[in-house]
Amino acid sequence: MVPLWMYLAVAAALFSLGVFGALSRRNAVAVLMSVELMLNAVNINLVAFWRYSETSTDLLLNGYAFTAFVLIVAAAEAAVGLAIIITVYRNRRSVIPEEAAALKG
Amino acid sequence: MELNAISIGFVVFTIFTLGGGIGVVTTRNLFQGTIWLMVSLFGVAGYFVLLSAPFLAAVQILVYIGAIAILITFAVMLTRSVTRIKTRYIRLVPSLLASLALFLILLLGVTMPIFGGVSPEHAPATVASTRDLGAALVDENGYVVPFLLASVLLTGAMIGAIFIARDDTA
Repeated sequence: MVPLWMYLAVAAALFSLGVFGALSRRNAVAVLMSVELMLNAVNINLVAFWRYSETSTDLLLNGYAFTAFVLIVAAAEAAVGLAIIITVYRNRRSVIPEEAAALKG
Repeated sequence: MELNAISIGFVVFTIFTLGGGIGVVTTRNLFQGTIWLMVSLFGVAGYFVLLSAPFLAAVQILVYIGAIAILITFAVMLTRSVTRIKTRYIRLVPSLLASLALFLILLLGVTMPIFGGVSPEHAPATVASTRDLGAALVDENGYVVPFLLASVLLTGAMIGAIFIARDDTA
């Protein structure tokens, strides 16, 4: 059996990759993809903690159910985020997040 | 860590997950980036199988690879961003340093017992099944309220996405 910390280490690496992509990529679609990577790292953590806790034996499904809800929210976030990116592209001919600065004071 | 099917699967899915993740954040062509994203999400689905959550693995493949990755592919093609952006990165060095520092802190936190507690080596033998999840989702002492709220959220997100992306001139 793989010990718990190895799952957590992989999730940490995946989350750091997502942070790097979200901070540094110029393309808004690439930033959204990096956010999806971060959400997946969180999901690995949730399922791993649920599996390795003693309470997973007696029908306490908090980690399992929470992961399912994170998946639902990620789907909603991707749909709305891509709709915003497409609208910004249509209006400003750009997918660079810094150029969508109409609300900047 | 002895050599058995779970260990081999763990190594293989680690290669999938992290290799795909590196591909997502480094590739120049965003269309290839979505392919790398699918590889990475597939690796995460493999972890769910190893962690005895087969329902989540199926949902991961259906929702992420089947829907979200296809949606991102559509967005990449609709925005035709490949030709216009010359450089891949802004703030490359600070982002690299920040994410490396974050990774080292997280790695220290999960390997050393600095926050107290012991990291378990073995998972419990018995585990709740998909049937238990289904019962808990509609149980009034379980997750029925978040379950219904998730339905409302998905409906709202669907209507909102259509409304935002609608072409007013058409």
